Amino acid sequence: MDSATTSQVQLTVNGKPVTLELDTRTSLLDMLREHLGLTGTKKGCNQGACGACTVLVNNRSVNACLTLAAMCQGASVTTIEGISENGRLHPLQEAFIRHDAMQCGYCTPGQIMSGIACIQAGETYSAHAVREFMSGNLCRCGAYQNIVAAVLEVAEQAGGRR
Amino acid sequence: MRPVSYARATSVAEAIAALRAHPDAAFLAGGTTEIDLLRLDVVRPNALVDINALPLSRIEDLADGGLRIGALARMSDVAEAPAVVERFPMLMQALLLGASAQLRNMATIGGNLLQRVRCSYFRDVASPCNKREPGTGCSALDGINRGHAVLGTSDHCIATHPSDLAVALIALDAVVRTEGPRGARAFPIDEFFLLPRDTPHLEHPTEHGELVVAVDVPAAPIARRSLYAKVRDRESYEFALASVAAAMDVQGGVIRAARVALGGVATKPWRARRAEQILVGAPAQRDTYARAAREELASARPRQLNAFKVELAQRAIVRALETLAETGGPQ
Repeated sequence: MDSATTSQVQLTVNGKPVTLELDTRTSLLDMLREHLGLTGTKKGCNQGACGACTVLVNNRSVNACLTLAAMCQGASVTTIEGISENGRLHPLQEAFIRHDAMQCGYCTPGQIMSGIACIQAGETYSAHAVREFMSGNLCRCGAYQNIVAAVLEVAEQAGGRR
Repeated sequence: MRPVSYARATSVAEAIAALRAHPDAAFLAGGTTEIDLLRLDVVRPNALVDINALPLSRIEDLADGGLRIGALARMSDVAEAPAVVERFPMLMQALLLGASAQLRNMATIGGNLLQRVRCSYFRDVASPCNKREPGTGCSALDGINRGHAVLGTSDHCIATHPSDLAVALIALDAVVRTEGPRGARAFPIDEFFLLPRDTPHLEHPTEHGELVVAVDVPAAPIARRSLYAKVRDRESYEFALASVAAAMDVQGGVIRAARVALGGVATKPWRARRAEQILVGAPAQRDTYARAAREELASARPRQLNAFKVELAQRAIVRALETLAETGGPQ
């Protein structure tokens, strides 16, 4: 077993293969922002409390700040930059705009990634269920009402409402 | 964060050997506590051994009707396993009421049991803390101790054990299985957590290089009607001020068997054995629950800001048992 203070990591980010040699301490969040220029994913608290850094790893929502990049060897990572298709916004992005589900916008990428996970998990049978599932995403502007409305609307459109 | 080397283990034996070779190395699983504490300089391993590739994620039925939960199973996967939902609802609830969806996707069962305390003085390297630096004193004794423990405390540490899962597991008489330099070992979960006494830096009976590989949950028909109730400052994504894992078998208005454990109020996941003794054989009614709760908390040692927990824990016990008696547990 090789042990070193730099490590090579090969993974897929938004469908594209990536190989990087990184300091072992590099978080997935810093890898995305500093090494790949994907600054849509935000650094809020950097300690797993705010959810601004939420991305999907192998289709599961995680806090990129508490994940070391090295732990993502072989993984498939999806960020806010990777959810639009052919230049069209993801339905949840469109719903966030329609519902004005943000004020300053800093938490928005994390909210949207968490909202996608919420809809996939089917935890959209009530506003309370959405709030519970997404309680790991803080919005200090207090846009929760509209965030929940946007998630519920997309879930309904997708037939994901139970 | 200090420099730290990193390696991926491909077998349990390799992982154990890697730690044996480095006295200051640490296993890395979900990372949700460890990365945080590394950044805060609270833990200072010089080498991380990533165990995420080890085949320890399975949830298997045991021959007796119990479950073996692999140490690397993620909280979210265990919470939705049909065997857990049907046979151990208190376990499911304890998992789902902990952390956030993202953290539950990352955090492992083994890591959950080994998570460190949330005491703000433990997490602040500028503060004296007997757990972090033995002999420096406990800042919480006369500090901001609203979230701290009232049971199992000592003059050296009053930090609350933060796990919800462990509270349910201790009510279920789980067994923690390890592999290490001395081979395979099994610890009744109550013995897996040490009281702080005058050695709060010692939290588990395991030795360096010993790896938690699984948690066994023995069959418990009583647990089919069980619940985990959690009281906190906000409704979601918060640690418990008081929590109760409870199961009760009532026949003809009399309590035949009971399991009660407490979280949020003790220095370790707290099996409320005194309360259980009072409940068994007594009528299933409110004053029985209140007496059991009062007796369990009789040994509480509150500090300035957490005295409310003595009453809160009793109310939580009474509410949990009343709910069980009325509904037979969660639907």
